[in-house]
Amino acid sequence: MLAFIIRRIVQSALVMLVVAAVSFSLFRFVGDPISSMVGQEATMADRAALREALGLNDPFLVQFARFIGNAVQGDFGISYRLQQPVMELILSRLPATLELALISGIIAFVLGVSLGVYTALNRRGWLSSGIMTVSLIGVSLPTFLIGVLLIWVFAVELQWLPSFGRGEVVWLGDWWRTGLLTESGRRSIILPAITLGLYQMTLIMRLVRAEMLEVLRTDYIKFARARGLSNRAVHFGHALKNTLVPVITITGLQLGSIIAFAIITETVFQWPGVGALFIRSVQFVDVPVMAAYLMLIALIFVIINLIVDLLYYVVDPRLRVDRANARH
Amino acid sequence: MAEPLLSVRDLIVEFPTRRGTLRAIDRVSFDLKEGEVLGMVGESGAGKSITGAAIIGLIEPPGRIAGGEIWLRGERIDNLPMEKLRRIRGKRIGMVFQDPLTSLNPLYTVADQLIETIRTHLPISEKEARQRAVALLDRVGIPAAARRIDDYPHHFSGGMRQRVVIALALCAEPELVIADEPTTALDVSVQAQIIDVLKEICAERGAAVMLITHDMGVIAETADRVAVLYAGRLAEIGPVRDVIKQAEHPYTAGLMGSIPTLTQTSDRLVQIPGSMPRLNAIPQGCAFNPRCTRVFNRCRVERPDPIDRGDGRQVACWLHDPAEVRNG
Repeated sequence: MLAFIIRRIVQSALVMLVVAAVSFSLFRFVGDPISSMVGQEATMADRAALREALGLNDPFLVQFARFIGNAVQGDFGISYRLQQPVMELILSRLPATLELALISGIIAFVLGVSLGVYTALNRRGWLSSGIMTVSLIGVSLPTFLIGVLLIWVFAVELQWLPSFGRGEVVWLGDWWRTGLLTESGRRSIILPAITLGLYQMTLIMRLVRAEMLEVLRTDYIKFARARGLSNRAVHFGHALKNTLVPVITITGLQLGSIIAFAIITETVFQWPGVGALFIRSVQFVDVPVMAAYLMLIALIFVIINLIVDLLYYVVDPRLRVDRANARH
Repeated sequence: MAEPLLSVRDLIVEFPTRRGTLRAIDRVSFDLKEGEVLGMVGESGAGKSITGAAIIGLIEPPGRIAGGEIWLRGERIDNLPMEKLRRIRGKRIGMVFQDPLTSLNPLYTVADQLIETIRTHLPISEKEARQRAVALLDRVGIPAAARRIDDYPHHFSGGMRQRVVIALALCAEPELVIADEPTTALDVSVQAQIIDVLKEICAERGAAVMLITHDMGVIAETADRVAVLYAGRLAEIGPVRDVIKQAEHPYTAGLMGSIPTLTQTSDRLVQIPGSMPRLNAIPQGCAFNPRCTRVFNRCRVERPDPIDRGDGRQVACWLHDPAEVRNG
């Protein structure tokens, strides 16, 4: 088990190194950073001096090593556009994105699993067919369209919920500003969270349904019924648990993509998160922010994957190989 | 005569399909006395397993019991509501399935599954249930039961798993055990052991056994009576010794002739020409008539019902109709 964790951590570090290489190459290939930093009037001598001061004349590997060294300490340089440390910028925006992702992830998981189980158990019911049809729409409509539709219905026509922004926020600790503790903050997160989570929800629902139908056909479910166990025990104790391994995998990866692809939702709802920051940075070729964002997303994916792998062990005893080997 | 433990009367099981309704079981009747072992033989698709599933109320939809009655100790059970039927399953009728590798839920320990089943049917504490489970495992021949009970199914070999399955089927002291090809998936070397365990433990508890198999050898050694099914119909039923010594139905005779014996020295085993008809193409009259060597006109027109010969045997064959016998 410990060996497994260590092996996975080493693999994760390798992945991060590759991503770092990609991020770093942004600096070299997306235009000349000097020209975005200095004004039109700067002389060639000024530019050369700045270039030397920033270490841009050093060999590639030296620069890359310096980039990694700084990145490990959380230093991604200064934003070209805002002239603030990149890490500070991202950290100030991160809580908004994480809250949005968390809420929509929870919506997606809870609704996805329960609807998936429901449609699998009532395969021929009209409500199941209805849910399946609606879920097709959820899979096929692009996120921005769903966002705009929701704004139109619930913000413009019905005027129930705000259409943009985060509402009122309060400080929670030193750097975490939360919208979840205020009424307006909670109301503001509903539409973007649904927009962001809808696709994941339909995906999880269809996956749970398919896995559930598969498991319900197995011999051990038949045998569980033949033993006279109650429907509840058969469906939720025996069947649902067996569907969880693939569902955990997909949900984990989807949580990563919820954070990564919050960009569109954040743009539609003007949500002040890292996604919106990233879009602005792309417009202004703010390479340090882009590079840091890339690294951050990769880190989140890697961590989630690690957690997913560990969850397999919790759910499926057959994977706990060391114990089985010791026994035989 | 005492009331039979199980009485199946004119059972009909149908499967609606796109191309008409298939009759998998067509008017099958038989009784099972207390503590008796009834062997049920026939080719694949003859309806052996479906008969077992019908008794325990677990026919896969869209299949359904379309006619007939099933009585358990004077109580009609084929039309019970789901919840009442569930209380009979495992408690009064235990079931053993064919493949022990897939009958147990891989995610729960043997103890979990045993205790869950015991406590579903008997009002005893977790601790008592556990003691009972250990005693049962010990009885079915699992060494070091107290220690191994907390293992997962994948820690056990196939034969051991089938012992666990038998323990599960018997843990609430059922009056009847339906064993659906309990040894087919096992190594030849452990088949005899499993049959012995099943037979002993049922005899000990006075449970009747309905042993479904296509292995005539197992039937000959284990069963008190044997029922022969052909194309969803009962061909012959009677005491094992008599049927083996002198089969009355030409199909049974063919079956017996196809078993190799040590004393006989014929070069080739007898083979029944042709194969069992598909359910959508059962011929008029006797289902066996196209393959029968002793067929005559009446067999092609009129379907023979089982004829009670008075010596505990019933044969569904016109050759044994008193009228035909008289005519010569």
